[in-house]
Order: sequence, then C-alpha cells, then structure tokens
Amino acid sequence: MNGKGPEDARDPAAPPALEWKFAQVFGERTAGEEVQEVDIISAIEFDKSGDHLATGDRGGRVVLFERTDVRAHGCRRDLERLDYPVSRHPEFRYQTEFQSHEPEFDYLKSLEIEEKINKIRWCQTANSALFLLSTNDKTIKFWKVQEKKVKRISEMNLDPSQAGGNDSSASSSTAGPRACLPNGGCSYNYMCNDFSFPPGGFPSLRLPVVAGQETSLVAKCRRIYAHAHDYHINSISNNSDGETFISADDLRINLWNLEISNQSFNIVDVKPANMEDLTEVITSAEFHPTHCNTLAYSSSKGSIRLLDLRQSALCDNHSQLFEEHEASSSRSFFTEIIASISDIKFGKDGRHILSRDYMTLKLWDINMDSRPVATFQVHEYLRPKLCDLYENDSIFDKFECCLSGDGLRVATGSYSNLFRVFGCVAGSTEAMTLEASKNPMRRQVQSPARTARSLSSLTRVVRRDQPVAGAESPGIDANGNSYDFTTKLLHLAWHPTENSIACAAANSLYMYYA
Amino acid sequence: MAMIDEPLYPIAILIDELKNEDIQLRLNSIRRLSTIARALGEERTRKELIPFLSENNDDDDEVLLAMAEELGVFIPYVGGVEYAHVLLPPLETLCTVEETCVRDKAVESLCRIGAQMKENDLVDWFVPLVKRLAAGEWFTARVSSCGLFHIAYSSAPDHLKTELRSIYGQLCQDDMPMVRRAAATNLGKFAATVEPSHLKTEIMSIFEDLTQDDQDSVRLLAVEGCAALGKLLEPQDCVTHILPVIVNFSQDKSWRVRYMVANQLYELCEAVGPEPTRADLVPAYVRLLRDNEAEVRIAAAGKVTKFCRILSPQLAIQHILPCVKELSSDSSQHVRSALASVIMGMAPVLGKDATIEQLLPIFLSLLKDEFPDVRLNIISKLDQVNQVIGIDLLSQSLLPAIVELAEDRHWRVRLAIIEYIPLLASQLGVGFFDDKLGALCMQWLEDKVFSIRDAAANNLKRLAEEFGPEWAMQHIIPQVLDKINNPHYLYRMTILHAISLLAPVMGADITCQKLLPVVIASSKDRVPNIKFNVAKVLQSLVPILDQSVVESTIRPCLVELSEDPDVDVRYFASQALQACDQVMMPS
Repeated sequence: MNGKGPEDARDPAAPPALEWKFAQVFGERTAGEEVQEVDIISAIEFDKSGDHLATGDRGGRVVLFERTDVRAHGCRRDLERLDYPVSRHPEFRYQTEFQSHEPEFDYLKSLEIEEKINKIRWCQTANSALFLLSTNDKTIKFWKVQEKKVKRISEMNLDPSQAGGNDSSASSSTAGPRACLPNGGCSYNYMCNDFSFPPGGFPSLRLPVVAGQETSLVAKCRRIYAHAHDYHINSISNNSDGETFISADDLRINLWNLEISNQSFNIVDVKPANMEDLTEVITSAEFHPTHCNTLAYSSSKGSIRLLDLRQSALCDNHSQLFEEHEASSSRSFFTEIIASISDIKFGKDGRHILSRDYMTLKLWDINMDSRPVATFQVHEYLRPKLCDLYENDSIFDKFECCLSGDGLRVATGSYSNLFRVFGCVAGSTEAMTLEASKNPMRRQVQSPARTARSLSSLTRVVRRDQPVAGAESPGIDANGNSYDFTTKLLHLAWHPTENSIACAAANSLYMYYA
Repeated sequence: MAMIDEPLYPIAILIDELKNEDIQLRLNSIRRLSTIARALGEERTRKELIPFLSENNDDDDEVLLAMAEELGVFIPYVGGVEYAHVLLPPLETLCTVEETCVRDKAVESLCRIGAQMKENDLVDWFVPLVKRLAAGEWFTARVSSCGLFHIAYSSAPDHLKTELRSIYGQLCQDDMPMVRRAAATNLGKFAATVEPSHLKTEIMSIFEDLTQDDQDSVRLLAVEGCAALGKLLEPQDCVTHILPVIVNFSQDKSWRVRYMVANQLYELCEAVGPEPTRADLVPAYVRLLRDNEAEVRIAAAGKVTKFCRILSPQLAIQHILPCVKELSSDSSQHVRSALASVIMGMAPVLGKDATIEQLLPIFLSLLKDEFPDVRLNIISKLDQVNQVIGIDLLSQSLLPAIVELAEDRHWRVRLAIIEYIPLLASQLGVGFFDDKLGALCMQWLEDKVFSIRDAAANNLKRLAEEFGPEWAMQHIIPQVLDKINNPHYLYRMTILHAISLLAPVMGADITCQKLLPVVIASSKDRVPNIKFNVAKVLQSLVPILDQSVVESTIRPCLVELSEDPDVDVRYFASQALQACDQVMMPS
C-alpha cells in the first residue's frame, strides 16, 4: 500500500504505529448547522516552539491559540517529580483573533481581491510579542500581537470637565492661539518665548498617574508588503537569517526584507515572453530550515527545484531538480493534472522534502534527485474516478502536507474529512487513516497491505460499526474508502516537537495527539 | 484635581496629554518633553519625570521613537552631566523593544549621552548597562548592546576591558543571526577603541570567526569590517590578517559577498600598501570585473575610477583598462550604465595619450549605446572629458548622440537630456550651440508632453543666464515670440510661461519693449485659460517693470480682464490687481 519493500524486510528500528486520540476541537459544528463560507479555515500554522497556533480563514481573520498545559502548571518537571498525573498532550486555548485582510477591489484591473488568508507564517518572537506574516492573494501583512496595559489615568492636572469650562477664559488670556481638537481636548502653542521657567520648576504641576495593570492582547499591523505580485500568492516562507522572507505566486518568487515594505527583489521569474508558451506554474515555495541560501519550489508539472541564492541574483537556473518520470505507458489525459504538486515542506533536518500531489505523498532526499525515497499512496482508490473528479473540479484541490518534528512520520489530508498518517522511516509500514471528528480512529479499516502491528493497534480502538450519518453516505467503496468531495481536509499542521496534529475540517479546528 | 494658574495652563495640558488616548497628542507631548522638564525643574525631572517615562514604555512605536530621540539631548534638563546616568534606565528599556528603528535611536542616544559622561560614571552606570543588555533574554537587547561597546570600553579598567572583549566575542557567536549581524556591523567601531595588542589577537580571532559564519548575511557585514579593521592595523599586519580574508571573499560562493567585496576593495588598497595591492588586490579586482554575476560586475564597474586612482597609471593601463574595454560591450545594460557613469573619471589618471588612444574609443562606443541610460551617463560627465581631450575631438560624435536623445520616444529620456543642455552649452561654447543645439531647444517648447515643455521653458531661462541677455535677445526671444501664434492654446500657454521665466533675466527694458506687448496681446485670446495665465504672468512682471509702465499698460489690461465673463479669469485678474496695489502702497 505504501510502496515500501516486502513486509518481512521490516526494519526492527521502525517505531511502533501511533495511536491517535482526540484532544480538542474549536468551532465544532452542531448537527445540521450550516457552515458559513467566511468561517472556513484556509491556513494553519504552529510557531517554532509549538506554544502557539494560528489559523486563517476565508473571511480574512487570523485566530491565535496558545498552549496551556505547560504554562498553566508551571514547570512540568516539578510536577512529574511530585507524581501528579500530567496531561501528556498539548492543550490549547483561544487567545485572540483579528481581521487581517479585508476584501478589496483593484480598479486598474477590475479585479476583486478576496480577503481569504492563503498562508500564515510565524516570525521570530521578541519580548513576548508575537510576530506573524499573513497573506491573501495579493498582499502580505506583518502583524505584531502584544499584551498592552489597559490604562486608566487618574491624577490629571486638569479635570477634563473643568478643562472644557476653562476654554473661554484661556483663549482670551495670555495662553496664545489654540485649536480645538476633535476629541474635545485642546492644544496650544506651548512655547511662548517670553515664558520664563523658575529654576525649581512649578510645584503645582504633576504627572499623570496610571492606574490599573490589566492587560489585553492587541494585534497591530506593522508593515504591508503590497503591489509586488501580478498573480495569486500561493506561499510565503521565512528565511533562517530572521531578516528576509519570500513570497511566491504562479510565475514569480520575490525576496523581501522584513523591515522594508516598499521594495522586493524578484529572484525567480518563469513567465515566458509569450504567455501562450506557458506550460508550468509555481505551486509552492519554501526556504530551507537552516541554510539561508537554499530555497525549494514546486511546479504544476510535478517537479521540485532547489535554488542556491548564492549563485546569481536572478535564479533562473536551479541547482537541483527533483522529478520522477512516470512510465509513458500509463500516461493519460489526467497524468499532468494529477502530477501537479500542491504543497512542499522541508523536514526539520533540512535533508528531506515532502511533496504532495493529487494521488500521493512523496518524500525526497535532497541528495538524490532521480526519484523519491518513499511514495505513499493517498488517493489511489480515486484513480478510476478521475473523470468525475475533473468534471467537478475536485482534481484541482490543493491538499497540504506536513512532517512530524522528529521526521519519522508524514501526514496529509483527503476527502470526507479524512487525513492520513504514514511512517516514513525505512521499513515502517505505518499507514493510518483518521477522521477529523471526536473519534479519529473509527475509519481505521483493514486493508491487505497493513501489518499485524498496525492491526494490533486497531484492536484497541472501539469500532463503531453502525451506519454512518446522512452527510457521509455518498460513495464508500468496498474497502471503506470514501469520497465525499464536499468535505475535504486541505489544511493540517504537525506540532514541531510532539506528536500532535491540528487539522481543519471546514470551520472546525480539530487537534489530535498520540 | 489641582488648581492650575492660568499661565501654566498650556503646560498642564501638555503633561496631561502624555497619557492622552490620541497618539498624535501623546507624540506632541513627547516632542515637547524638554518644556515639561523645564516646567518641573531639574530635581522633579530626575525624580518623577524620568521614572514616569521608564514605566510607561508600552506605548506605540512612534511615541517610543520620539522618546528615544528626546532623551538623547536631555542632559541639561536633569541637572547636567553629573546626573546623566538617570537617563540610562528609560533608554535601556527602549533598547529592548521589538521595533528596530526605536532600538537604533535608543542606542544612538545612549552613545551620545555616554560620550559626555565622566569616566567613573561610565564605569559605574554605563558598563553595567552594556553587560545587562548583552546578557539579555531576548535577542533585541543583545542586538542593541553591540552598538554600545565602543563607548563603554575606553574608560573601563583593565579587568572590565577583558570582560567586555570576551562578552563581545560571545555576541559574535550568538545563536541568533540578528545578534551576530549587529556584532559584525559594530566590530569596526569597537575595534577602533581596543588596544593594538588585543586588536591583533582577540579582535582578529573574533573577526575570523565572523568571516566563516554560515549565514551569508553575517559574512556580508564582515566584508565591511575588512576595510574598517584594515585601516586600524599596521600595513604588515593587514597583509597577514586581512588580505587573505578579502582574497577569499572575492571568490566566495555567494554573489552577494563578492558584490560587497567589489564595493569595498579599493578602500583596502591603501591599508595594505602598493606591493600587496599589485600582487593580490589587482588580480582579485580583475576577477570581480569579469564575474559571472551581473550585479557583481555592476558594483565593480562602478568603482573602476576610484580603484584606478590608487594604482599607478601603468598598472591601470595594463590590468584594468582591458577589462573596462570588455565591460563597455557587456551583455547587461546596467553594467554598461554603471561604467558610463564613472569612466570619464579615468581620463585624468591615464593621462592624455592613453585617454585618446584607449579610452576615447570605449567612450565613443558607450555614446552610441542602444540604451539611453548609458548615453545619458556619459553626457552627464562631459566636463571631465573636456578637461582632458578638449571638445573638438568630441563634438563630432557628441552631436548625433545628443540629437538622438533629444528625440527619444521616452519623454523621461528627453527630460534628462534637457537637464544637461546648460552644462553642454557651457562646455561647448556659444558657437557650437548656435549651430547645432539652438533649434532643438525651440523644438522642445512644442513637445507633446507637458513636463518637457515645462523643462524647455526653464532651459531657455538657464541658457539666457549662461550666455547673457544680448545673446538671448538674438537667439531666443524672437523664436519664442514667434510661437505665440501657435493654433493650439496649450503651446501658447507654454510661451507665456517661458516669458514669465525669461523676463527677470532679460531686465526691465527688453521686457517692456519685447515681451510685454506679446502678453498684452494675448489678453484678447479666445481661450479663458490663456487669459487667466496672462493675468498671472502680468502679476509676475509687476516687480520687474517700471511703475509708470505698470500703471499705463498692465493695470488697464487687468481691469479689462477683471470684467471677463469667465470666473477664473476675473479671479486671477483681481489677484494681480491687488499685487499692483501693494507695489503702489509703499510709495
């Protein structure tokens, strides 16, 4: 099933299959509740520490969650020594949300610009202020989310009510020209040149006293990186130097300095002189996690190019090209469409790249460009249905993929709110199908390629064999593989340090741990 | 609430507004911090205002930036240099904020205050502050600390100096690339305060670590350090420590590093002395001139003159000139453009013979370049060539280039060449100008683009200034006045504009005899836009002309215009009449 060697060659080093448990859900739908289009989650991203999680939605909002289980109990190590039962999985709570993008209209091109958040990327935290980049189709924004003291001022020199009453007398006296300000305060030409200050100052003046130490989270847009993309932005990615990031659209990749929003450098341009010659577009791009000069981007033809930014200013020539040629015998009308890569991710070690195309997940070793080190079939059962999928446009769905922090497993989404987790260590046969619901393992079904080990893990899960409810009734094939094309799980993210997955099913954010 | 005396009322408001909801008012108050401090007196400023500012540091970045700036010049308001240390705590906090520009300003202010502090105060207050920041939990504090070492170091006793050097060494190996970049940026400044003995050992080893950093962005900044450190070291030390590094950098894998080398290399030549320059730096520079990456060649080409000035003429002719020849036909227009903007400066270095023999052909080929930028860059530096080879040799090839640019289909190119016409005129002389360029200047007055017509009018004024009213009377005025009969009102308007510009240069007599009648005649134009422009021009002529003329000619015309059916014409006519009245008043 997962394209590995024969079962008996299994490497004893392969870790045991994980048993996934439901942890949390945010924005759960009640039965029969209709999903609002604007509430559908369109981006998920953990920050580097895993203490924060951000989601973006089609309504242009960004919602932040923070981890509670570590901080709330103080130091976890102390607790363990005290032999308290420790909740072993990350637990998050809603932190704040803000409107990142608004719908716009480009009058020059007569184009509506959706507010939908395409990608979110966390930046370096500083002074407990959180920083993140969010983008829609055209504009990238740099946000700072910070706790601000709620100020309550007492002890003013002037009673605000009194200040109003003083107006007439002040303006007729020595104070000089004044102007009323919209907030009712007033400002003066303070420096009268002949005004003399006594050496000890005026004792009657005093500074305002600030009372109240309550805090609230405030999100502030620090910079807007606009007008650099003619096509829709599909990716943004931070560089390990903490200073630059890239943004990629269908035909170009631009390099930005976080501090400079009015200029960017075009580093990749695949736009042909004549648009009729266009055969390939950029679908996703990401910086190497540690090498500041290495960048990978994927294309609609199923290839991944590795760029070395040191070689030249305009990276028209890739330093490495990863692609797998399908045998010409199996070519069909759909071959090129399903080869299109929808997402790529570097592993934390920087040595592996995970790519997702319509049918498979592929894991590449950057030292081997001839073929992937592993291929995991995600949608093979849909192959006979490609014609239908093409007709209802599902074949163009862009599924994301993710790697676990330890690099041992990979995950990606599918239809019917399912997602799949594969073990990617040589010899591992772990291949799980989970459902984004409170009972993720209920879709675990026996399939011929699975091993005893994963079966044994199955037996511990209570199977619910009763018929599934109305919405999920369309097409479940003999193997229990289902394809409800309206409920697709496109976005998911793996916690950077623990076995915990956050995934989006329409407007709900489900979290699982193992 | 306290009762405030009326004279204090504005200051009281200023103080209250330090905490106003409206950021504009808070900013305003912070900008007037010195006024507040004077009103409070030195002691209360120290004991109340400064602590107040230290506490209220979660304001918007704009306010914090203003605060950082104001505090830098606050020493007089806290009671002079002996109390300068009270200013350090609020600035220390500002050194840790997330916004780079606020931190930079706070560091700048701290340096300014530190430079005035007494030596023992520095040891008591400033050095501990630097150490605290350098050990900060967040990278922002550590980044800021790097910019303060050069102030803290020189007054510190020996044991502290040792500590500061070792802290700086640690900052250069910080986990965060931002900190390493800050350390690399400030290394030159810090090194300048370090004793020579330590410079050669500790600082050089810090520097070598930075040059091998795996972040390109850090290595880039280390290149900048090369020149700064090179100037501090003895030539022989520079040769042993810096030279190998820079030669390595010039062959770095990253084009951005090579780009930096290309920009900096000439600065090192003096530091290492003539022989290593010949043996190592010239070959390195030649490699950069022939680099694969256009950006690197652009940087190298831009420094060709500065580099040649340091070399002997033979070295320049033997090694650099062949590269320059190649670059003049480089595939990248930007390289040629960079070369064109500096190549003229090579002429004095090479001397007349070499210039005519070798440089002139390059120069002429650039003058025929297909890209207007390249040609413009050559023409902009015309005065430099003129000094060496004289205009006669040039004029033949120059003229076609100018004519072509003057008729370029991009108006920005035409605009650029118009800007250079006065320079050309002064270099080429009246004779040449009359023959060849006069017609062009007139032609621009009837350009399709407003900016060009506008610039053309200005150009006529500058030419009149250059060659004098008499010449202008013969060569400009008649041609300009002819055009007032253009059937298109926009062109007639350009002429009116030109007249208003020329009048002050030409003086009262010519204006009165030649220009004024034309303007007056235009007041009968059928287009209102012309008529109100006539009113504007007449207004501008009032101060130039004799009062009797104003009364006899201008005023009647304006009175007539002030009764025009068009509202705009009436408006500008009445404005002009007011101006006439004002001139009358003093007399």
